[in-house]
Amino acid sequence: MKNLLSAGDLDRDEAIAILDTAVRMHSVQTREVKKLPPLRGRTVVNLFFEDSTRTRSSFEIAGKWLSADVINVSAKGSSVSKGESLRDTVLTVAALGVDALVVRHPASGAVARIASWVDCRVINAGDGTHEHPTQALLDAYTLRGRLGDLADRHVTIVGDITHSRVARSNVLLLRTLGARVTLVAPPTLMPSGVASWPCETGWDLDAVLSGKAFGDVDAVMMLRVQRERMNGGYFPTEREYATAYGLSAERLDLLGESVPVLHPGPMNRGLEISSAAADSARSVVLDQVQAGVSVRMAVLYRLLAGAEEAGV
Amino acid sequence: MTILVRGAAPLGGEATDVLIDDGVIVEIGTGLSGDHTVEAEGLVLLPGLVDLHTHLREPGREDAETIASGSAAAALGGFTAVHAMANTDPVADNAEIVELVARRGLQVGLVDVRPVGAVSKGLAGETLAEIGNMARSSAAVRVFSDDGRCVHDSRLMRRALEYVKPFDAVIAQHAQDPRLADSAACAHEGEVSGRLGLPGWPAVAEESIVARDVMLADHTGSRLHVCHVSTAGTVEVLRWAKARGIAVTAEVTPHHLLLTCDLLAGYDPVFKVNPPLRPSTDVMALREALADGTIDAVATDHAPHAAQDKDHAFGDAAFGMLGLQTALGVVAQTMVLPGLLDWAGVADRMSVRPAAIGRVPGHGRAIEVGAPANLTLVDPAAEWTVDPARLASKSRNTPFAGLTLPAPVVATMLRGRLTVAGGALAEAVLA
Repeated sequence: MKNLLSAGDLDRDEAIAILDTAVRMHSVQTREVKKLPPLRGRTVVNLFFEDSTRTRSSFEIAGKWLSADVINVSAKGSSVSKGESLRDTVLTVAALGVDALVVRHPASGAVARIASWVDCRVINAGDGTHEHPTQALLDAYTLRGRLGDLADRHVTIVGDITHSRVARSNVLLLRTLGARVTLVAPPTLMPSGVASWPCETGWDLDAVLSGKAFGDVDAVMMLRVQRERMNGGYFPTEREYATAYGLSAERLDLLGESVPVLHPGPMNRGLEISSAAADSARSVVLDQVQAGVSVRMAVLYRLLAGAEEAGV
Repeated sequence: MTILVRGAAPLGGEATDVLIDDGVIVEIGTGLSGDHTVEAEGLVLLPGLVDLHTHLREPGREDAETIASGSAAAALGGFTAVHAMANTDPVADNAEIVELVARRGLQVGLVDVRPVGAVSKGLAGETLAEIGNMARSSAAVRVFSDDGRCVHDSRLMRRALEYVKPFDAVIAQHAQDPRLADSAACAHEGEVSGRLGLPGWPAVAEESIVARDVMLADHTGSRLHVCHVSTAGTVEVLRWAKARGIAVTAEVTPHHLLLTCDLLAGYDPVFKVNPPLRPSTDVMALREALADGTIDAVATDHAPHAAQDKDHAFGDAAFGMLGLQTALGVVAQTMVLPGLLDWAGVADRMSVRPAAIGRVPGHGRAIEVGAPANLTLVDPAAEWTVDPARLASKSRNTPFAGLTLPAPVVATMLRGRLTVAGGALAEAVLA
């Protein structure tokens, strides 16, 4: 594996290998001294064309705990407006002597484009409304921690599917791992052509969560409603959205006691998720954050140190 | 000096000799002789091609294309006349700019450059541009378009259609409802856009405008031309409107006849174009419509872009692709080889009808004695491979790189003067 651009790039063996490596990486986090030596002398650049505190910090810590030199480059403000092409921007950064670029960009496909221009490793840290593969890996890691093997497990993803890179990567990876996926959203936030995706879709959250629509649910992932969508005419009001698609206390009761509730964060409490759900024992939101570091360590390790040395 | 074109097959029919004197065809028959002979055995003779939709980028973006480089690409593509779109900088929304463009075209002398005037001032879609002054200028503008921007305001569109009547001009509409497909929309809305996470450009955004516009054309009794038709639904609306006797014509681009939205999978902006590439069902409907005449013309929408405007993420890159040098080859590939059009049909859709729509004098004429010698010679048996580096345009954004196309252009003649000979620009022209 040279790059990680899409969750669809991972076959089952590769995905399992990353998740297993992440388990070993996780054990390091409980040590007093967290640093491991394998990426000493390697340089990882977090090249972020879009603000992100959570993902950037997660990659930064992951790189540092593997002893890589991690540099954050904020390239916010499109290069288009500066008169510089994206290619120039990226080649300039790559020319500094970089072993891996961790890239976030507001445009779908930008990271694949960038990977075609540079020789170093490239990791997609979120490209537009396309994909966010390490998020899917950390979600899978979290789910495996709670559910064990994901084969035939039923995961429901709820919210703005159209604009969600988290949903796209999760559908691909969960399918690869053998899970069943159901997407729930109002019709205005369901992507065009979703019928051809390897999953079920529904508009009625209660029918899905109760198991009446597609069978018992093993896990629920609530997606964040982006601020800019709220005024985009995709649904009438926040109140109506919360009524129809929010994970309220009542809906939480539809789920079994052991059904984990995931959210990629940051949460809009009272909109897509109630405090009752966010703070319940079913919530694994903080587990996801921790898993993020382990999974990103595993990805950096496998891309930069090579799978053949997988002996940590 | 007389020029003899020996042994060519006019419109792919029976081979004959064509004698040209002083820019005009003076004799057609066998065994003719002239001062200079162009050997054309095995070649098809067509009336010089006419493009209704070309972006020459001058004035304003001479780093991407100039009237000289674009004219060269046109001549090499077999064209003798092109319509230069109005979205230059400054915009061609007044007599001075259209006269400048026409004059520069005349100086270059490779093709007749027919400026298109803007419909609205500054292409802003708010108030009419000086349509009358442009029509009455020495550039004699007969096609008005805000191409790239749809005239979406119904009242402005109605006024434009009414206002051009005295000039026998046509409003060429870029059909895109900006509320259904905004400036971010860049991929056909469907399975591919959903999977790739690219903002969708739904077919209905084109079809609803075309439906409105044909009704406005009916109401005003004016001429409407629909630019770069891209969907099967638009074809149905056109078919209905034509059956009703509405004065509507339409064009399709070569790329919409060949390429599909599946090419977007790699996010390469060389495939980013407006309207976007569509699924193969639309492509097949467009071919059928061009074959049966529902779509009147092939127009290139030749849109050169400098590398720095394409070296971006897909969503940030400029819309458009080169088209002049590859148009005839793509039409031969998609229409002639499958038997949808014969060479007479190609002449009709790429010369006769576009010349009539644009009211271009001296072009799109039958190959007959007395007609101006605007002619193109094509080798129907040969092939060529598209090499971006060897194209005459100043830009390299062809989606056909590496593709082998049939029917290369061997020679082009503008009023009896060879602009292209042996598949290359004629030396005399360059000197």
